[in-house]
Amino acid sequence: MAVESRQPSESTASTKTPLTSRSTLVRLGGIGIVLLSVAGAFLYLGGWFTPHSLTPARFTDEFERVDGIYSGFRRNHAKGVCVSGFFASNGQGERLSKAAVFRTGRVRVIGRFSLSGGDPYVADAPDTVRGLGLLFWLPDGEEWRTAMINLPVFPVNTPQGFFDRLVATQPDPKTHKPDPQKMAGFIANHPETVQAVKIIKSHAVSSGFDNSAYYGLNAFRFVDAGGTSLPVRWSLVPVQPFEAASTTETAQGDKNYLFYALIASILQHPLQWHLIITLGQPGDRTDDASVPWPDGREQVDVGTLTLDSIESEETSPARDINFDPLILPAGITPSDDPLLSARSAVYSQSFTRRAGEKKEPSAITPSGVRK
Amino acid sequence: MTTGQRQFNARMRFLHWLMAAMVLTMLGIGVAMVASISDYHRLVSIHRPLGILILILVVIRFVNRRFSTLPPFPAGMSSQERFVASASEILLYTLLFVQPLVGWGMLSAARYPIVLFGSLHLPPILPHSVMLYAILRRTHTVLAYLLFLTFIAHFGAVLFHTLIVRDGMFSRMAPWRVRASQNVPANTAP
Repeated sequence: MAVESRQPSESTASTKTPLTSRSTLVRLGGIGIVLLSVAGAFLYLGGWFTPHSLTPARFTDEFERVDGIYSGFRRNHAKGVCVSGFFASNGQGERLSKAAVFRTGRVRVIGRFSLSGGDPYVADAPDTVRGLGLLFWLPDGEEWRTAMINLPVFPVNTPQGFFDRLVATQPDPKTHKPDPQKMAGFIANHPETVQAVKIIKSHAVSSGFDNSAYYGLNAFRFVDAGGTSLPVRWSLVPVQPFEAASTTETAQGDKNYLFYALIASILQHPLQWHLIITLGQPGDRTDDASVPWPDGREQVDVGTLTLDSIESEETSPARDINFDPLILPAGITPSDDPLLSARSAVYSQSFTRRAGEKKEPSAITPSGVRK
Repeated sequence: MTTGQRQFNARMRFLHWLMAAMVLTMLGIGVAMVASISDYHRLVSIHRPLGILILILVVIRFVNRRFSTLPPFPAGMSSQERFVASASEILLYTLLFVQPLVGWGMLSAARYPIVLFGSLHLPPILPHSVMLYAILRRTHTVLAYLLFLTFIAHFGAVLFHTLIVRDGMFSRMAPWRVRASQNVPANTAP
C-alpha cells in the first residue's frame, strides 16, 4: 500500500514523473472497484442479494399478513393481561446452575398471560395456545426472561418449518379462512408436526390459565459453579388443581371468559406453580423442540412461582417488555435448538415495530381487571 | 520540536488501525444481524460488548489526540481540501462516540439488560419508554449508514491522494514506521 512512502515536499513533487492519462484512469478505476467491493460486501451481509431468504422482517410480515396489524400490539400472542409476584427458590437448583435465581430466597417477577395469534381482541377459546411470559429480577440487576406455552412440545422444529406453517394458516382472501389444502400440504412435508400434534392432543387442556402447566418449549443448558454444563428443559406445574376445559363455555360465555376467570382467581388467592427442571441425558435431543425427552428423566423442583397481582396492559410495565427467551442470566445458556435464535430475532422485530406505534386499548381493560 | 514529524505518533496509529478493524467488524455484524435468523443471537452477543469497547476506545483516542502533536497535511493540499479533511475527521469522531451511546440508550429505553459478558452488565442510562426506544432504534440505523458512507468517503479520499495525487497521504497513518526524509519542511500550512 505504501506506494508513496517518501513524503514529497513541493520541491520533490515537481520532480515526480507525472501520471499518463491512461495510468490515471486505471488507478481511478482500481479505486472505484475497491470501494464498490467494500460497499457490495456490506450489502451482501445485509441480505440485499438474497431477497428470498428468511429474515426477522419477513417473518414478522407473515404474522401481519395472517392476522392483520393492530397498532401497538405484539405481532403474536397479542391478547394478554399482566401479572406480578415473586419466585421463591428452595435452593435445589443451585447444584445445577450458578444462576443467582436458584439461590435460596425470593426474586421479584413480572409476567404476562396471553393467547397465541396476532389479534388482540380474539374471542377466548379452550384450544387456543396459552402463553406465559416471565421476567425474573435477579438481585444484582441481572434478568432471566422466559416465554412459555401450555403445549408440552412445539409443533415444528425449525424456523423454516414455523414460517411454512404460518404461511399455511394464512386466510384465503375469498373465504377469510385458512385453506385446508395448504395445511394438508404442509403436514405432508412435516412428519415431526404429525408426531408433535399427537403428543399435544394426548394432553387434556385445562379449564383456565390458572391451572395450566407451561413449558419452556426449547432445551437450554445450565452451567454450575464449576463450569459443568448440562441440558435442561423447564416447566411450571400448577398448584391449582387440574380441571378439564369445558367446551360449552365459549359459546355461552363472554369472549374474554378465560381472562376474566384468571382475574377472579388471582383476586381470590395468589396463584402458584412449581418450577420443574428436567435434566437431559446424553443422547436426548436438545435441537428439536417437537420431540419430548423420554419419560423418567430426573426432575428437580427448584422453587415456587407466586403470582398475586394482576393488571391491564395499559398500566403494567410488562406490556413494554420483550419476553425474549434468550435474555438469560449467567448460569443459563442457549442450547443448539435453532428455534431459539429465531425466536429472539423475531420477537425483537415485533417489539421494534410495535414500540413506535400508538397504543390502542387492550381487550382486558383496567376496569375489566377490577371486575 | 516537531520539525520533520510526518506521521501520526505510534499510539495514534495503533488506535486508528485497531478501531478501523473494530468499526468495520461492527458495521458488518450490525447489518448482518438484523437480517439474520440463525445467527442473530450470536451476533447480538458480540455487537453489544464490542460497541461498548469502541465507546471506551474513542474516548481514549480523543484524549490521546489532544495530547499529541499532529503531522502536517501534505503540502499540496488546498485550504478547501484541508477543511474537508478536518470536517470529516470531526464527523467520524462524533459518529464513533454517539453511535454506541445511542445503542446503549436504546437498549435502556427498551429495558433490555445491557449484558457485556457473563453476569457483567451496564446500568440503563435512560428511562423505560418504548417510544423513545423506537426513535433511538431508527437513529441507530441512520447513524450506521452515515458512518459507513463516511468511512467509504474517507477510504476513497486516502486512496485518491495516495495513488493519484501521490502526496504520501497514506504514509501519515501507515501502520509501520516511515522515516522522515531530509527535505521535508516543518508545518507549511499557509
